[in-house]
Amino acid sequence: MEKELIQLVDISKSFDGQMVLDELNLNIHENEFVTLLGPSGCGKTTTLRILGGFTNPDTGKVIFDGTDITQIPPNKRQLNTVFQKYALFTHMTIAENIAFGLKVKKKSKSYIDDKIRYALKLVNLEGYENRMPNSLSGGQQQRIAIARAIVNEPKVLLLDEPLGALDLKLRQEMQYELIRMKNELGITFVYVTHDQEEALTMSDTIVVMNQGYIQQIGSPESIYNEPENAFVADFIGDSNIISATMIEDKLVNILGTRFACVDTGFGRNRPVDVVIRPEDVNLVEPDQGTIQGVVTHLIFKGVHYEMEVMAAGFEWLVHSTTLFPVGKEVGIRVDPFNIQIMNKPESEDEEAVAIDI
Amino acid sequence: MTSKNKWLSSPYILWSVMFIIIPLGMIFYYGLTDKTGAFTLENITAIATAEHAKALWLSLLLSIISTVICFLLAYPLAMILSNMKVNQHSFIILIFILPMWMNFLLRTLAWQTLLEKNGVINSILNFLHLPGMNIINTPYAIILGMVYNFLPFMVLPLYNVLSKIDENVLDASRDLGAGSVHTFFRIILPLSIPGIISGITMVFVPALTTFVISTLLGGSKILLIGNVIEQEFTQASNWHLGSGLSIVLMIFIILNMIASAIFDKEGEGSML
Repeated sequence: MEKELIQLVDISKSFDGQMVLDELNLNIHENEFVTLLGPSGCGKTTTLRILGGFTNPDTGKVIFDGTDITQIPPNKRQLNTVFQKYALFTHMTIAENIAFGLKVKKKSKSYIDDKIRYALKLVNLEGYENRMPNSLSGGQQQRIAIARAIVNEPKVLLLDEPLGALDLKLRQEMQYELIRMKNELGITFVYVTHDQEEALTMSDTIVVMNQGYIQQIGSPESIYNEPENAFVADFIGDSNIISATMIEDKLVNILGTRFACVDTGFGRNRPVDVVIRPEDVNLVEPDQGTIQGVVTHLIFKGVHYEMEVMAAGFEWLVHSTTLFPVGKEVGIRVDPFNIQIMNKPESEDEEAVAIDI
Repeated sequence: MTSKNKWLSSPYILWSVMFIIIPLGMIFYYGLTDKTGAFTLENITAIATAEHAKALWLSLLLSIISTVICFLLAYPLAMILSNMKVNQHSFIILIFILPMWMNFLLRTLAWQTLLEKNGVINSILNFLHLPGMNIINTPYAIILGMVYNFLPFMVLPLYNVLSKIDENVLDASRDLGAGSVHTFFRIILPLSIPGIISGITMVFVPALTTFVISTLLGGSKILLIGNVIEQEFTQASNWHLGSGLSIVLMIFIILNMIASAIFDKEGEGSML
């Protein structure tokens, strides 16, 4: 892992008595693509605004490259922001928009012209210098907003749901563009989104947030495959979350049936939550399954069929490329490494968090 | 709209013909003819006579000064208002609009009473053993009257356009390194131009054409072009000269309108 660039230390923030961030700690490394992911109101945008300097935390420190910048105003910080609704200067041409930050820093005209050309090339909008922002499509405006930020050579680019206003196809295209730009620029991206697919596609590290707390930090794979609690499991993708009892290491009692698993260290006869992804539930002939049930719903989703199977009093969500018609009796089998064991929420607060979503 | 529904617009067509088109036609007819009904430009060129030119010059000067003062007072106020939360600013806007609900003549008459030699203000100054002031019947009183009466018309379009500026745009400016002075002159001011033009029009045009304010606060000594035109119609009964001078005045108003049309392409400032 590269060296730490930004540290958020014990950041708390409340608006009108409403706690938005509660003693948040987060380290961001050089050249990392970090995504803050969570539902609206989870504090992700507030965290980004604290990084950008637009919001002051009530307590805590923002350390940037070893220096405390908590009290430094945004115009003195070495990071730039791409705003949700582009926030282009509508009374200026594209070239003037991009040149804005450089003119403030009193760079020479030839330097500015070079930078404008470079930035427009990077975002694939060469030749747009003299257009006005309102004559561009949403996707193009977003590219200009990125160009306007990166010409200032920030060490960190903050992106606040930059693709939120674009349609699905364009959004997917821009995801690849953003990854390419980040690799070309070699700087840190801090990206805010509520879209789990965006987060999984682009990030090196995902920070899942809810109600002002960080729920889990990790790579996209670990967040998806090994969610630490029911909230993360539920928020990232579809999942079956089932109350279970850990009998001993590598053996769990799910709905009265013993399943082999790979997790250890939960103790004996401890109540736990179990997450099984719908694509990890294997449907087989009844006599070959660990437990038996009946298909109750069937929807064709394109890539796969989505089925619901009633078994042992629980409605299992199943994704499979093989069709099992409604009413058919089936057996359910799950490979041990696909059973993810999580601790039960300790307080009622956390419980509420899980149910909220 | 289907042709069936076209008759719905007939009252408005009738209205505009009777109260706009016909009066305008009459002004042009009277303005371009003499008493015998023959065509002449004399009524127009009459503006060049010393007396009329002086009145027009004074009108332009006083209305420009009033417009500038209104702008300087209104802009900071509109900025403060646009930064406030909705429930806070609606009260303050109410305070500013409240006087507008009272009759224009009454408000101006009130200023006459306040400013008079033995009026309210001088009585208070006298009571405090301070030297009295004597601004009634001077151009200053007229400017005061204009600013007082027309200030809300400057505040509202400015407030309207300033409150529409996206908060993110200002954040973006700061994010790119601009301080607040730079942000003001490069972002806020240019983005508020439609409101500025609209506000200027709505103060300048009525100030240029007023004759009530100058009559009540300027006494009989100070003649603005509005007073001259009024007198031609009411006292001299010379409708031809009055119409001719009105046409000249209209030219200045049209110039102002053209300027605002150029700057306010999107109609953002035209809320009133």
